[in-house]
Amino acid sequence: MRNADADRAGGSTEAVFRARGVTKVYDMGEVRVHALRGVDLDLYPGELVVLLGPSGSGKSTLLNILGGLDTATGGTVEYRGKELTRATDRELTEYRRRHVGFVFQFYNLIPSLTSLENVSVVTDIAAEPMRPEEALALVGLADRRNHFPAQLSGGEQQRVAIARAVAKRPSVLLCDEPTGALDAATGIVVLEVLERINRELGTTTALITHNADIAGMADRVVRVGSGVIQSVERNERKKSPREMRW
Amino acid sequence: MKTLRTKLFRDLWGMKGQALAIAMVIVSGVATYVISVSTLDSLRETRAAFYRDYRFAELFVSLKRAPESVAESARAIPGVDRVETRVAAWANLDVPGFPEPIRGLVVSVPDAGEPAMNALHLRAGRNVAPGRDDEVVASEAFAQAHRLRPGDRIGAVIHGKRKALRLVGIGLSPEHVYEVGPGAVFPDPKRYGVLWMGRKALAAGYGMEGAFNDLCATLAPGASRQDAIDRLDALLSPYGGLGAYARDDQVSHRYLTEEFRQLGTLAEIFPVIFLGVAAFLLNVVVGRLVSLQRDQVGILKAFGYPNAAIGMHYVKLIVLIVLVGVAGGIGVGAWLGRGMTRMYMAFYRFPYLHYELRASVAATAALVSVASAVVGALQAVRKAARMTPAEAMRPEPPGRFRVTLVERLGLRRILSQPARMIARNVARRPVKSALSMLGIGFACAILMLGNVQEDAVGFMVDTQFRLAQREDMTVVFVEPASARALSELRSLPGVRHGEPYRTVPARLRFGHRSYRTAVQGFPRDGGVLHRVLDTRLQPVAMPREGILMTDYLAERLGLRTGDRVTVEFLEGSRPIRDVPVAGLVGEYFGVNAYMDLYALNRLLGEGNAISGAFLSADREDRQGVYDALKEMPGVAGTVVREDAIRSFYDSMGGTLLLFTFVITLLAGSVAFGVVYNSARIALSERSRELASLRVLGFTRGEISYILLGELGVLTLAAIPLGFLIAQGITAYIAERMKSDLYRVPMVMEWSSYGFAAAVVIVAALLSGLLVRRRLDRLDLVAVLKTKE
Repeated sequence: MRNADADRAGGSTEAVFRARGVTKVYDMGEVRVHALRGVDLDLYPGELVVLLGPSGSGKSTLLNILGGLDTATGGTVEYRGKELTRATDRELTEYRRRHVGFVFQFYNLIPSLTSLENVSVVTDIAAEPMRPEEALALVGLADRRNHFPAQLSGGEQQRVAIARAVAKRPSVLLCDEPTGALDAATGIVVLEVLERINRELGTTTALITHNADIAGMADRVVRVGSGVIQSVERNERKKSPREMRW
Repeated sequence: MKTLRTKLFRDLWGMKGQALAIAMVIVSGVATYVISVSTLDSLRETRAAFYRDYRFAELFVSLKRAPESVAESARAIPGVDRVETRVAAWANLDVPGFPEPIRGLVVSVPDAGEPAMNALHLRAGRNVAPGRDDEVVASEAFAQAHRLRPGDRIGAVIHGKRKALRLVGIGLSPEHVYEVGPGAVFPDPKRYGVLWMGRKALAAGYGMEGAFNDLCATLAPGASRQDAIDRLDALLSPYGGLGAYARDDQVSHRYLTEEFRQLGTLAEIFPVIFLGVAAFLLNVVVGRLVSLQRDQVGILKAFGYPNAAIGMHYVKLIVLIVLVGVAGGIGVGAWLGRGMTRMYMAFYRFPYLHYELRASVAATAALVSVASAVVGALQAVRKAARMTPAEAMRPEPPGRFRVTLVERLGLRRILSQPARMIARNVARRPVKSALSMLGIGFACAILMLGNVQEDAVGFMVDTQFRLAQREDMTVVFVEPASARALSELRSLPGVRHGEPYRTVPARLRFGHRSYRTAVQGFPRDGGVLHRVLDTRLQPVAMPREGILMTDYLAERLGLRTGDRVTVEFLEGSRPIRDVPVAGLVGEYFGVNAYMDLYALNRLLGEGNAISGAFLSADREDRQGVYDALKEMPGVAGTVVREDAIRSFYDSMGGTLLLFTFVITLLAGSVAFGVVYNSARIALSERSRELASLRVLGFTRGEISYILLGELGVLTLAAIPLGFLIAQGITAYIAERMKSDLYRVPMVMEWSSYGFAAAVVIVAALLSGLLVRRRLDRLDLVAVLKTKE
């Protein structure tokens, strides 16, 4: 089945991510939470994957581990043949800086910086970034460049966060419930932006949601539940976000 | 990284109130340090310059009378460089319009040319003209106290002869920087003054033509001081030499040295405490500030900022705040330090002021402040950086609360729900609560320190003058007299009571240690007026045999009761005697040795000699007694007790009050800074929780109660802790400040406790009000919308 996946993902058998037997246990002092109980997953160049599951299913944990934001308790994760699970803190930092763009549910903009500056924070340290203005234009916010996060709506803040994530031209874009805090109409605008970036820039995109409707825009839909992958489906026809409703 | 810099300044601006409060604490800490050290440095530097420029002598000796030719033999002593002979005479001075007796020391200056040493610095007027026998230059302190100007006239009784003198100049001498009369501890320029007079004129009035009774010398480089002293003593002993001594024993120099040493101790202790408190606060505040930004640390890490860059970002933020504080502290410190030095200049008589603020002092202050801040910041950053970005961006897990002991003790029903929240919150983070308490406690303690000095000095003066020295006046004879002189004094109209005393300059020796002081003889049955007290304030009777001494002196000589001390008397036939130490007395002022009057005279081989008397007289009769005493040729001077107290408070009180005021002001700002920062950080840490409570229907008053109640509990608990800290520090200061001049007792008035507590409480209330305003503006929706 894995081979078939590879064929559909543009002919390349070279996976961007290769996760094997990944486990994660949170030690909360008085309780131990098993967030991941052995996950195998491959992501291929240029594809848009939706990780679907209820809250607490472990999908955020998986995404964080792929993005080098968190470390696995067991198993291996490789990024382009390099083992992330054995990387040092310094190597993980370098990995995040060069290859990964993040979009979070609560935007996580820096409140003391304007839209443009929130993007610059990333372009300042990237190797071959876009100009911050260009990134903002990409998400349709060129005219809001001098606004502070507190002066923007939730959808606008999330689009700034997306501009910030793509400005460095990352190889992968990891989005954790990017529409979770937004109403449907705003959410669709944000999803359109993500879809366009995936299409135009060819950025491998993984998107977490608990909303099954969003799954329609993916190349593949990975269902996660109770810390394991329950199924992987391929969408024969990708829907555009505009066709969705929830 | 340009954008990070933008974030830096924006964050700084966003927390400007808090940053200001932190900077204020640093300003106080650094200023205290700069004031103390620069004042001391300046005084030392000024003294050194004055000594050098005006050729302060290195050896001093008084004698009865020697022909001028002896000076040649003194010059021939190996190691002695230059020698100057002088005539010095005690006098009773008479300033028109001032009824009380004034003691004067009249010192000769060469009739032609500059003195070879101890030169005069003229402040006004001119030097004494050669050949004029009525001209004098007066010491500045004395002239100022009496508003005397060149051209004014004063009267003097020198050697029993009345003489009218004309002031032609006002001057300063390195010999009298600390101008204090014999036996006094504090300067009293109204009742003691130094005059300089032409050699010939003074010698003529004092029966010293072709002779001298005072000699100063300088030493050749590398010469042995002790050897020169021994040879001088051998040379001058036949002429009634009273023992040569070096600068260390010269009154003005010794007092200055002692004062500088004490200032030095203060300059060590106060800044260490202030800077310590500032550093401590900084460390805590900065740590918590950075913890508040842990999600931002997380996001920066997520985007690939290395830990070092993030650490650097926060270090810069903190260093900026600290540098503002340091710069302010150095500015304020230099300004107040200069003022303080000027104030000391009025107390010590220096002709000029070399204000000195060493670069190393400023650098040390900056370094200590920056280092403590950076350590605090780095600790917090490291804590945040150690987490994975995912973890750092998650809100902190709920704290582990417990039912507190108070509640378990069955008081649960007594505590309201908010009160229970306060109790649990304090108990949940005991270390944090303890640190907050410690910070506030230290602020409370330093508020007490200024006042405690005042309390102690008040207590010392009270004991000394109201319990020990109860005489109204002390009469000093020109030379030891027989007991008949006492009956003469007793029979003066208005004198109610008179007690004799004997005082003989002596060097006490035990083993290799020695100390130059005077042995005082009092009647054994104990006096009514002048009494020797122990530390429990009980009068001590003179022993039939042996010597009593101040416990501090015994400590310095390394002896105990029962040991035999060698007493080298420096008067009369200068006998050397071994005397048993009969007991020790714990006194606050001076370093004294006491004996029974008759036993002392027996040791000296003299009859019933007395050096003077303590007298009491009713207030309305005193003027008559003063007048009568002024006319008595055998009386060298009279010291009036009440004036001594007043002069003490005039001179010392002013200095002390200002110092106290400055310290209190700085301590107050530290207290406010500590309390306000604790409140602000608590607010930031708990705004989400408090907003949730508001959403659940709690009123503004109720959530304020929860937050500020905690602050209140910590503040109230910190105050007694502060009292304990203050006691510890005071005990330490008292121990370190022990000197020949005085030992400060541990005295703390209720008012000092009250004052410190009040300032801390006011600071807490003020901080509470400021925070309350922020609580009222808490944005409920915004807080609840993000995260969780």
